[in-house]
Amino acid sequence: MLQIQSLTRRFGERTAVNEVSLSIPAGQMVGVIGRSGAGKSTLLRMLNRLTEPSSGRILHDGMDVTALKGQALRDWRTRCAMIFQQFNLVQRLDVLTNVLVGRLNHRPLISSLLGRFTAAERAMALEALDRFDLADQALQRADTLSGGQQQRVAIARALMQQPRVILADEPIASLDPRNAKVVMDALRDVNKRDGLTVLVNLHHLDTAREYCDRIVAMQAGRVMFDGTPAELTAEKVREIYGVDEAEFHEQAEEAVRPKHTVAA
Amino acid sequence: MSAAFHTDISPVVATGEAAFQAARQQRRLATLVAIAVLVPCLLLAGWVSEAWPSTIWAGLPRIGEYFWRILPSLSLDHLFGGTKTEGSLAFWFYRAPEWLWLLFETANMAALATLMGSAVSLVLAFPAARNLSPSPLIYQLTRRGLEALRTVPEIVYALIFVWAFGVGALAGILAIALHTAGANGKLFAEAIENTDLGAWDGVRSAGGSWALACRYAILPQVLPNLISYFLLRFEVNIRSASVVGFVGAGGIGAELYQVISFNYYEEISAIILLIILAVASIDLLSERLRHAIIGRLGGPA
Repeated sequence: MLQIQSLTRRFGERTAVNEVSLSIPAGQMVGVIGRSGAGKSTLLRMLNRLTEPSSGRILHDGMDVTALKGQALRDWRTRCAMIFQQFNLVQRLDVLTNVLVGRLNHRPLISSLLGRFTAAERAMALEALDRFDLADQALQRADTLSGGQQQRVAIARALMQQPRVILADEPIASLDPRNAKVVMDALRDVNKRDGLTVLVNLHHLDTAREYCDRIVAMQAGRVMFDGTPAELTAEKVREIYGVDEAEFHEQAEEAVRPKHTVAA
Repeated sequence: MSAAFHTDISPVVATGEAAFQAARQQRRLATLVAIAVLVPCLLLAGWVSEAWPSTIWAGLPRIGEYFWRILPSLSLDHLFGGTKTEGSLAFWFYRAPEWLWLLFETANMAALATLMGSAVSLVLAFPAARNLSPSPLIYQLTRRGLEALRTVPEIVYALIFVWAFGVGALAGILAIALHTAGANGKLFAEAIENTDLGAWDGVRSAGGSWALACRYAILPQVLPNLISYFLLRFEVNIRSASVVGFVGAGGIGAELYQVISFNYYEEISAIILLIILAVASIDLLSERLRHAIIGRLGGPA
């Protein structure tokens, strides 16, 4: 159970996330929707503590995540894996090493600094890659892969952490529709098969409706809707965002596009 | 283009042209102001440092005279004679075996010093990079520390180390290594500051510690740049290594200093020629190596 209690983040004058409270049972697949700037990314980054909350609390199975420091914080991050819009792989390293990065917190520092992984760890990484049909690309450099492949490598890396929660920040915003489907299917697979809690930021309502058990709609840092896909009707969307769905998509696509290009 | 285009100017063209003229006027004014500030500054600097044109003018012939003096007296008839034949190349370079050994020692000093110094830079560059530094205090401390290291010239370090460890190459190596640590540390840190932090977020979000994120997210990105800076510094250090010998810190400098102070004119030119040849060939070699490595790693040229 992941509990978020009046979580707030301010950047100077601007309040990116404003008093958000959510309670997410283990194993749920939650879609967070909203325009760019609605606070979706900040919310997810706060859960992993890549961004520090200004106030509020995050509890996971009763443990106060907001108070963690040092090794305890790194342990939390390991249990709560993150996937990014721009994949955030190490472009100049091979795919296998990128996946092994998911094990870094589980192993001795010196051998990690020297880049010495065990055969068992490599086997684990290859299996994770094979699950997403990428075992053949293991020794290729990450920047030689397509966006969809890179995102699947990122999911493999996340699974190497043996996490309880996966946070996916706009995982398909930089992908074409076909690759988007492959990546969303992969996320649904880890949710259903491994029973992981998945929180995924999306700007496409149809994707959220299709894949998620529950949808949280954000606007200007606040949660405006929290319910099942069936409850998020066209009227509801118009009520929250003041535009119909087609316009909402247009605006959201527009906002995501500048970040679309991926550095090779 | 039609003739009408030239005769009646549309309002768009008129306002565009006016804006262009205004912008050009602005740029010209800025250039004039810059010149008006720069020229007096230059003159003032020259006056303060007593760089009088008359002194330069009077001294110029003496430079020519010095070069005339250090020219070897070679004669065509005996050019390829032995070391005992006056006017032969061998007579000019009669101590070549010793000098070559000293040159080798000099290159060795440069290589060792570059390695040691760059190793220190590599460790200090991460906390000295503004985007990664664990705290502003650590950033300031490492940055200022690196500054201090490179502000002191090698020759000053060499003097101190000769006093501490005695005459010899060790003092020179340490002196050049310290300066290298400071100089490369700054360059390394700036290369790190230009990296994309996406991979950093990736490693950190996976529970990787600060050191591991440096190792996995940053180092692979900056490695080609660092190797390039390393080899450049090696070229620079060859020159430094031939100078620290002036204060007894090993290498060919000691020999050069001796022949200069004893006015052994022909030997001065022989040694300087050897140094120029050595530096040029090492420069060529390291440039090729640098491009080969960068080509292989696919980094910026």
